[in-house]
Amino acid sequence: MRKSKIIFLIFLATLCGKVMAAGQKSQILLDYKAIENINNKASLQRGAKYFVNYCSGCHSLKYMRMNTLAKDLGIEEEIFIKNLVFSNKKIGETMTKSMSDKDAENWFGAIPPDLSLTARSKGSDYIYSLLNTYYTDSSTITGYNNLAYPNTSMPHILVNLQGEQKLVLDPNNKPKKLEKISEGFNSEEEYQQITNDITNFLVYVSEPAKLKRYSMGFWVLLFIFIFGVLAYYTKKEFWKDVH
Amino acid sequence: MSEKNQSSGVIGWIDERLPILSFIRDHLTHYYAPKNFNFWYFFGSLAFLILFLQIFTGIFLAMHYKPDAKLAFDSVEFIMRDVNLGWLIRYMHSTGASAFFIVVYLHMFRALMYGSFKKPRELIWLFGVFIYLALMAEAFMGYLLPWGQMSYWGAQVIINLFTTIPFIGPELGVWIRGDFAISDPTLTRFFALHIVAVPMVILLLVILHLSALHTVGSNNPDGVEIKNTKDENGVPLDGIPFHPYYTVKDFVGMGVFLFLFALTVFYVPEMGGYFLEHANFIPANPLVTPEHIAPVWYFTPFYSILRAIPDPAFGALAMALSIIILFFLPWIDKNPIKSIRYRSTLFKINLFVFVIGFLILGYLGVKAPTPLYNALALRFSEMYFIFFALLYFYSTARNSTFSYLFSGIILFFIIAYDILRINSDNYLTLLIGLSSVCLFVLFMTLSPLYTTLNREKEIPERVTG
Amino acid sequence: MSSDNPDNSRRKFLTGSLTFVGGTGAAATLWPFLSSMAPSNKAKAAGAPVKVDISGLKEGEKIDLIWRKKPIWVVKRSQDMLESIDTNDTKHKDPLSENPEQQPDFAKNKYRSLKPEILVLEGVCTHLGCNPAYKPDTTDTSLGKDFKGGFFCACHGSKFDFAGKVSNGSPAGANLKVPPYRFEDENTIIVGELPANKLEEIG
Repeated sequence: MRKSKIIFLIFLATLCGKVMAAGQKSQILLDYKAIENINNKASLQRGAKYFVNYCSGCHSLKYMRMNTLAKDLGIEEEIFIKNLVFSNKKIGETMTKSMSDKDAENWFGAIPPDLSLTARSKGSDYIYSLLNTYYTDSSTITGYNNLAYPNTSMPHILVNLQGEQKLVLDPNNKPKKLEKISEGFNSEEEYQQITNDITNFLVYVSEPAKLKRYSMGFWVLLFIFIFGVLAYYTKKEFWKDVH
Repeated sequence: MSEKNQSSGVIGWIDERLPILSFIRDHLTHYYAPKNFNFWYFFGSLAFLILFLQIFTGIFLAMHYKPDAKLAFDSVEFIMRDVNLGWLIRYMHSTGASAFFIVVYLHMFRALMYGSFKKPRELIWLFGVFIYLALMAEAFMGYLLPWGQMSYWGAQVIINLFTTIPFIGPELGVWIRGDFAISDPTLTRFFALHIVAVPMVILLLVILHLSALHTVGSNNPDGVEIKNTKDENGVPLDGIPFHPYYTVKDFVGMGVFLFLFALTVFYVPEMGGYFLEHANFIPANPLVTPEHIAPVWYFTPFYSILRAIPDPAFGALAMALSIIILFFLPWIDKNPIKSIRYRSTLFKINLFVFVIGFLILGYLGVKAPTPLYNALALRFSEMYFIFFALLYFYSTARNSTFSYLFSGIILFFIIAYDILRINSDNYLTLLIGLSSVCLFVLFMTLSPLYTTLNREKEIPERVTG
Repeated sequence: MSSDNPDNSRRKFLTGSLTFVGGTGAAATLWPFLSSMAPSNKAKAAGAPVKVDISGLKEGEKIDLIWRKKPIWVVKRSQDMLESIDTNDTKHKDPLSENPEQQPDFAKNKYRSLKPEILVLEGVCTHLGCNPAYKPDTTDTSLGKDFKGGFFCACHGSKFDFAGKVSNGSPAGANLKVPPYRFEDENTIIVGELPANKLEEIG
């Protein structure tokens, strides 16, 4: 039945598209898209450095084993321990955080979540836009608010790097754009690269196997293809009897 | 009996004690299948391959998985990161689950198209529907095991369905869960059922399914019984030995399938969040419901039917009915013509609309419910059941009294239900939906009286290939 | 209709190559599953070295600890215990610790240790893996005249002296294993690492 085959294929094709996220997220967020490239080791190394320096105080990566990280990023274990491990942890352990959940709740009103899988559950765009869309807001405790995560109790950790932004509203009181009101240590481009590196790093952390599966997949597909071709010609040969 | 080398030696020794040689003869080398199998006939052997795949990958996952609410989520990440090539085994299992349903749906569709459920193959069909039910149970229980947000909340919703059963509902829910909410006891019992009980049931049903098939022989795209025309040796003229012809052909099918399978496993294992849902990478939290709970894609058509009816008990009943009605198919469609090739244009329209409707119901099931989507879901749910009514209608030629009566009864039920819901805010949607369904019913039941759309073709004696 | 002359050699070739390719594929597919059963990264990481504080260890006392899931003993040997150790080859199966599997090079001496007064051993009987008991009393003759104390395995009766050397007549065939260890300072032993000037790999 050719008709049914075509319809089925069309259905499959539409299924392959992403489900549009319904929600009240502002349009500005569409401008903030992360560029994923986990094959860029330099980016991952920078991202690891930034993460350990700025984020790991509050956020754990409890599924990320440090020796796996060192190996995948091409960092020698000695150097890794010296630069990226600030506790007595051994290289074979995972990156848990030093701050206790109870303290975190007392200080911030919320427990900073573990970020090992955030890139898979919320997506890299979410992480990138969160890091980039802080704006000043006197009504919050931290003094800042965030477009990707409205009313978050997470402070703007990287404010010294980015500088401050304010939210400009349009006539309908909807978010129109973010405007820089003070300079940070880094330029706009530098800051975007820094936050992209952190995002990229977290994408790697969410699935270290991603580094391997593309290359492995190529060989597997090649092998299956050879098998399939061989099977096809064998079938044709035997089916000469039938036709 | 010819004396072959294999009758002696090890094989001969075994064959004297266990009839392996006659088994190979009766079910492979001298089992005759129609020679005109097409694309739609690959899916049976593919389903068998996937079953084996799931069991094999499942065993190795179970070596590392911890069925404890505190440990389950971490153990899955452990498999993904720390177990050697654990990620590969996990992706094979998750992709395999979705692949299983794609293959099974296509396999069932073949049966609908070619009348493979009709006499004398009703029992094959019944075993098949039982396998489908067991498969759904297996998938549902398996999905709880990662203990992610979607695992937890999806299970919560489905088990709450059982609580809608009158009188025994709430008690039943507690008994299934082993607790007053989904928790550790639920997880461990689902684990036991998922890795032992249901797989054994599925294996048993598959053996019965295949035995019933081999008793009567396969159907084919022309719906012609090849056993009706045999040569002087009792071999069907249109039959060919399953081995080597279909074994080698099935290898080609498996090659294509494995290519697509590997493509998915290595490049898009999440399949955009449909095979591995994004929310499931967050550990289960009984205090926080995800923004949007949807069952896994293969359940969504039935989920749509469930949601289409606002009343929880009736919705659950409609959903149950939509699956149970499959059992009765051989007694609903009694038309002696098996294959779509020789049936009327109206039959083809009916089947086409059913498939489109099923796909649309599936799509609606993943979306958040809006008034428009709810209205669509209701209408397509109605169309789902109307399909079966029309199958019954087309079983034989009907006179005008029957046709008018039949359409009248269907229209009565649809309109009555709509009148009961007359508090709707949007009369226009209601009216459009209602009238489109009614017009469809009228067209399908009354057009045989006034057109030639219900004309059937002559079934050939021999297969046409 | 069927062709009258099936090309059998072609069929054999095709079937043969298909079987070969398919078989290779099946074997290759089996590989990840078998590999998944080998120790995971987590298990390998858990084998990290362990620190032991021996500042409070008195003579004759034994500390028990776990390294790589095995029981490890650290014993402070008394003078009596040290004197009871000999290298008499009629009494012991491997008096000179010549079996290289049972100790690092630094322990291939009379006392099978870095320092005579501290003994570090794996508490696993080399016969079938039971946990031998500590027999610190050098004068106790209940286990035989020749036995001057040490370790006794109740499972099948193997006897070891205060250096872990196995006695003749024991079912066990090898001396108790000495794990790699080193002294970080006077009072701290690190089990699982070799002394710094011996750059061998710990397998």
